[in-house]
Amino acid sequence: MKQKLVPYSIIVIFFVIFVVFYKSLEDTNIYTPEVKINNDIPIFSAELLLSNETLESKEIFQLDKFYILNIWSSWCAPCRDEHSILMNLSKSNKFIVIGMNYKDNKKNAKSFLDELGNPYEKIIIDKNGTKSIEWGAFGVPETFIIHNNKIIKKYIGPLNQELFLEIQNLTK
Amino acid sequence: MKTFKTLIIIFHLLFFNNLYANENSERNEITKNLRCLICQGQSVYDSDSDFANSMKILVDKKLNEGLSDKEIYSYFKEKYGDWILYDPGLNKNTYLLWLLPILIFLFGGAIIVKSFIFKK
Repeated sequence: MKQKLVPYSIIVIFFVIFVVFYKSLEDTNIYTPEVKINNDIPIFSAELLLSNETLESKEIFQLDKFYILNIWSSWCAPCRDEHSILMNLSKSNKFIVIGMNYKDNKKNAKSFLDELGNPYEKIIIDKNGTKSIEWGAFGVPETFIIHNNKIIKKYIGPLNQELFLEIQNLTK
Repeated sequence: MKTFKTLIIIFHLLFFNNLYANENSERNEITKNLRCLICQGQSVYDSDSDFANSMKILVDKKLNEGLSDKEIYSYFKEKYGDWILYDPGLNKNTYLLWLLPILIFLFGGAIIVKSFIFKK
């Protein structure tokens, strides 16, 4: 019995290692961020882009309404691509679209909106990028759907027609 | 006299250098343990990307608000998940990572006990 212990335990160890390696073969080695949803929205106060007011987060987001928070910047090319989708979303009257201007200067941001139209009801300024981190964002563009002060959906990267239909169905 | 002056200058240079290093040491400690999520294999401390620079500002802000390092880690963990920490906690995805070294250690110990003590 004692002599058999060593070969048996070696077999068991190799089996365990085999299972671990085999399982990790299926995982991709490209990290896709865990999308954390149903989190409460952060509390913040922010300066607005088009008027010189400062607003508290609870003045911007009210209960029982659907909000879209879109992080954008005038220097970001994918933001340009998704802009028509945001225009359509704001026209549909189901959502209130809030913009977050990420690491941008006011002049460029305004000329961006003059050129492509302004879908946003309010635009928050995020000059140093800390507000978007409080939201759990990675960069631009990023879109959050908010209902009852909770993030119900999060899209990393630009929106497209497919996602437009998906977002429209969220209110039903 | 000239050597004396140079010595004084050197002394002051060293002194100011230390001052500067102390100022950021707590922030550096924390950002070294945070992964820069949009970079490949870099910590927030090492990276100079937009994301990492904003993280550094936010860590400074949190430190000024009087949060401890543990509270800052759990704050970022809540926002971005376990991946942002270089030191993962014990949960269902990481139990093997934590338990395997202990098991290997016990197994090695068992071999040593078996071959050295029981042989006698």
